[in-house]
Amino acid sequence: MTGLATLLVLADGRLPAGGHAHSGGLEAAVSSGRLRDLAGLSGFLRGRLATTGRITAAFAAAACVAARTVRAADADADADADAGHDDALDRHRLDALDEGLDARTPSPALRRASRVQGRALLRAGRAIWSVDPAQRDRHHPVALGIVAAAAGLPPAEAAVAGAYGTVSGPASAAVRLLGLDPYGVHSLLAELAGECDRLAALAAARAGDPIDLLPADSAPLLEIGAEVHANWEVRLFAS
Amino acid sequence: MRAQARIVAVADPVRGTRLAAMRGEPPLLPRRTFPSDSEGEVQLHLVGGAAGPLGGDDLRIEIEVGPDARLCVRSVAASLALPGPAGGQSRLHITARVAAGGRLRWLPEPLIGAAGCDHRTVTSIALAEGATLLWREELVCGRYAEPVGDVRIETTLRYGGRTLLRNDLAVGPRASGWSGPAVLDGARAVGSLLVVDPAWSDATSQEPTRCVWMAGPDDGSGRPDSAGGPTGVRRAAPEHSTAAVLPLAGGPAMLVNAVGADPRAVRARLDRLSVRRYVPERTARFRAIPIARVSPAASSATAGDAE
Repeated sequence: MTGLATLLVLADGRLPAGGHAHSGGLEAAVSSGRLRDLAGLSGFLRGRLATTGRITAAFAAAACVAARTVRAADADADADADAGHDDALDRHRLDALDEGLDARTPSPALRRASRVQGRALLRAGRAIWSVDPAQRDRHHPVALGIVAAAAGLPPAEAAVAGAYGTVSGPASAAVRLLGLDPYGVHSLLAELAGECDRLAALAAARAGDPIDLLPADSAPLLEIGAEVHANWEVRLFAS
Repeated sequence: MRAQARIVAVADPVRGTRLAAMRGEPPLLPRRTFPSDSEGEVQLHLVGGAAGPLGGDDLRIEIEVGPDARLCVRSVAASLALPGPAGGQSRLHITARVAAGGRLRWLPEPLIGAAGCDHRTVTSIALAEGATLLWREELVCGRYAEPVGDVRIETTLRYGGRTLLRNDLAVGPRASGWSGPAVLDGARAVGSLLVVDPAWSDATSQEPTRCVWMAGPDDGSGRPDSAGGPTGVRRAAPEHSTAAVLPLAGGPAMLVNAVGADPRAVRARLDRLSVRRYVPERTARFRAIPIARVSPAASSATAGDAE
């Protein structure tokens, strides 16, 4: 049985999956002058959690369900050659979730950033847990679901790692970029913990929904900012 | 109030396009109008036959464009979402289907969300492969100095059976962080222009040339940009980055996003970006779309910068 510590390992910002290189749109918001202080960061994190965070939680949970089924089918197939009939269906579901994220990410820069982080997470997952080596090029939320499944975590925990990751990354970037008070920044994260849990529970409850019905909340300035940011010659964060 | 409007445009050998159906009931009343240069396109305006949408309203618009038909739908004025007498949500469902070779331009005036409103627009666009689309959506957060109610806009675009875009936008008291720096940063207006052109499928690159446009400090004036490289990438003070062209994955489509202090600034940004040379010259079919006539102001604002 997998315990809470496994979730901590997966959600830890120190997991060598390249997350520290991304600011989740925070660098663009800071450089454009939209975000200057703790109050600005609070609004930024709330907006990001309600949009990107909600989508990430939903797709991580849905991918975790599909990846767990694939793994169970593979295990059955090892024991009994007749089993694994809906294996292909769930692999297809992972592809469809990936396309669903393409459709929810109009910004090419954000699509690239998501795939870069997804590939890095799958690479880490292969080294740490037994992630299917065929899964290489995925959007980050789908990769998170796949890795969580390999680590033995349930969909709700994949979702909570996803939701929390969308705010913890920019929060630590804000400390580095703006020199904000780390206690103040972590107070914001603690305030958002309940919302992360709520989004994760929703995500797990709707993990089997048709892809078009999964959340699609957008943040226009994250998309516009990402395109602007990708054109800079010098930047501290990859996105 | 429940109301339904249905518009069906089909190709006509003489006039280019004719209306096989044009029905409506208050507050959704379609009226045929006649642009000076129709190019075989039928144009109509939606006339608001009643206030609203008001809380409790259930409005439906169905649009069908047949093979090789061309339809443009506009509205005579902005619509104002208001709270209803008995509370409840107002809903507007728009369903559009365009056949191969057909073209739909949906260019209504903005939706204004009044204080206390609870409104939801659900748009579902299904394009056959080979269909062309220009779809504008603009939202204003409250009337003058008024806080916006809850407005939710949900958009799904399918092209040849594949979902190319799922994009929702929520503003108002129920939408956490919507006015913060990640979503609208206090901007009171936001808009998008969705462009689908099958000619892009023939281009060598899967994604059209990328372009980012950053407005100058006094943007919104409608004057043409003066600086610009051959790639279409603009350099300006980053604090004014308010619009971008976003080529979508998996199909010949792009989304133009803009935010601004008021609807005029948003319209100016959308208009200006939509006529940029963000596609390679070889995709001449896109240029044939009279996108410059998105709004009457656009043609003068962009004339100097067209070639």
